[in-house]
Amino acid sequence: MDNHAGRRLVAGIPLLWLLLFFLVPFIIVFKISFSEVRLAMPPYAPLLQWLHGLPHPKLNFGNYAFLFTDRLYISSYLYSLKVAAVSTFCCLLIGYPMAYAIAHAGPTWRNVLLMMIVLPFWTSFLLRVYAWIGLLKNNGVINNILMYLGLIHEPLPLLQTDFAVYIGIVYSYLPFMILPLYANLEKHDNTLLEAAADLGAHPVTAFLRITLPQSAAGIVAGSLLVFIPAVGEYVVPSLLGRSDQLMIGRVLSDEFFENRDWPVASAVAILILLALVIPIMLFQHYQRRELEAQK
Amino acid sequence: MSAQFQVDTPVPTSREQGEAYVRIENVTKKFGDFAAVDSVSLDVYRGEIFCLLGGSGSGKTTLLRMLAGFETPTAGKIHIDGQDMSTIPPYDRRVNMMFQSYALFPHMTVEKNVAFGLEQEKLGRQEIKRRVGEILEIVKMSSFLARRPHQLSGGQRQRVALARALVKRPKLLLLDEPLAALDRKLRENTQFELINIQKRLGVTFIVVTHDQEEAMTLSSRMGVMNHGKIAQVGTPAAIYESPATKFVADFIGSVNMFEGRVLDEASGSLRIQSEELGCVVAVERSVNCARGATVWTALRPEKINISRDQEQGSPENVVRGTVKEIAYMGDVSIYHVQIDSRKIVRVTLPNIMRDAEHRITRNETVYLSWHGSSPVVLTE
Repeated sequence: MDNHAGRRLVAGIPLLWLLLFFLVPFIIVFKISFSEVRLAMPPYAPLLQWLHGLPHPKLNFGNYAFLFTDRLYISSYLYSLKVAAVSTFCCLLIGYPMAYAIAHAGPTWRNVLLMMIVLPFWTSFLLRVYAWIGLLKNNGVINNILMYLGLIHEPLPLLQTDFAVYIGIVYSYLPFMILPLYANLEKHDNTLLEAAADLGAHPVTAFLRITLPQSAAGIVAGSLLVFIPAVGEYVVPSLLGRSDQLMIGRVLSDEFFENRDWPVASAVAILILLALVIPIMLFQHYQRRELEAQK
Repeated sequence: MSAQFQVDTPVPTSREQGEAYVRIENVTKKFGDFAAVDSVSLDVYRGEIFCLLGGSGSGKTTLLRMLAGFETPTAGKIHIDGQDMSTIPPYDRRVNMMFQSYALFPHMTVEKNVAFGLEQEKLGRQEIKRRVGEILEIVKMSSFLARRPHQLSGGQRQRVALARALVKRPKLLLLDEPLAALDRKLRENTQFELINIQKRLGVTFIVVTHDQEEAMTLSSRMGVMNHGKIAQVGTPAAIYESPATKFVADFIGSVNMFEGRVLDEASGSLRIQSEELGCVVAVERSVNCARGATVWTALRPEKINISRDQEQGSPENVVRGTVKEIAYMGDVSIYHVQIDSRKIVRVTLPNIMRDAEHRITRNETVYLSWHGSSPVVLTE
């Protein structure tokens, strides 16, 4: 086997994987989103029907139209984008200083700190979100401590609020922000900051004009790694969030499992995907630019 | 060693007045227990190109970084233009540095890189544009304004780095191995350009280098550093012709060194008996040392004559040997001659004729001789 064939094989295996487990299911979902709901097994009508020996395609755009007529879908769609954006921003605000500190720590400390960032992954995600219920509920840890200290006289409504959702998402996805930022910041050349200082730049100016623009790719990578899963987040809002405002992931799951309306659920899935394609393309654009700059 | 270009630098004015521009007083820098710079005192005058020459780990870069303000001295004081620098951070010093790696900002264009320092001074946009254009003209990089550093060659990056440091019109420019990343031909041209720019702008340069050729070409004066201390300060010629210690003699150029004992001493002359050399060395120079003291005689390879016949006359300053190796370098040939005491002596002769007849060949017996003014007598 020559080098060329080897390279093709290495590239081909993940490609095949994506083809089988991403593209094919996507096409199936895409197809379902254009069909009509039916009380049967499977619960949707085939796209192609044979009438008198002739193929008779039945494309139904009604599912998509329905999404734009019902307030529920639009509001949960926008709510999801808002939650994801705010969470991503919070992750960035908390994650950037942490990543910066880790990148500037000594080699021993650096490994310990990185370990601590990754450590939560050793327990189940569900368990960690459940733990927040214990912390946030009316007779939970936080309210009890505040009442014991006499700071409040009746429990603060923390659970089942937007605040709880932000806490849950920021807490769960923070490592995905820190790790790419750390990988970026750790590569920075310290002599550039010395050069900036030498040219008369105060440390704050040097940070804003040298470190920050140079870490743009890390910021974008981290933000997308948080934003993309946060948009479709299902577990955190279900456990910690409000019951009167659903996120689009919950709507999607309800359509599938409660309403058994597969076509509408598929249409929701396709629209989420479309909303995420734009940030993914942004991500790739930045990655390419970073690669070019490293040449 | 190849030819040294003698570039006449005008005698620095502040030196005539005896007024040091940069005064380094007993400066020590310790990293843990290790003294990277060990109580160094040094004066640099306005308008000079001063080179700090030393091997890796000699402390030259640490000294430079203390001048820039990136390191603080553990002990001692640094004055620049009469001002104590102890508490002044790098961004408030009227000192600029050209980094060995150039440290150009990769996300900025050439123009932005050069303008960066002026923007910190809060100058107007027109003024910045004018001065950036001016300095890029001087370093001949005007047509590369919009390029990013990664689109430039090594030599072009070096010019941008120089422009970025000079555009601030510093009183003192620090250059850390300014030419190390350039290839040989480019380096030679750039050396002269650096000198021209320095003269034109009248900035004081302190250059750190490990390359003695670079140091000798660039500097009006130089300091040789070893183990965190200054071994000798002087003009390139003074350091080459009159090294103060064995280390300096050995570090600058190549040298043959022979241990010996002082036989007798008179004013203006000295005779040394050397077992290692196998003859008496007569030196036409007075050296401050007692009779019987152990001294070292240093002889530069180009100051030794090589001939087939023994000259008639005194048996001093002449020794017999056998040619062991000849290396033809083009401009010169290097002879390794084993003298009767078994020691190998290095001799270089210029190849004046294209096809010299009777060229000395390997295994020939030859006589090495030198003039009484050539040896340098060292006591440490």
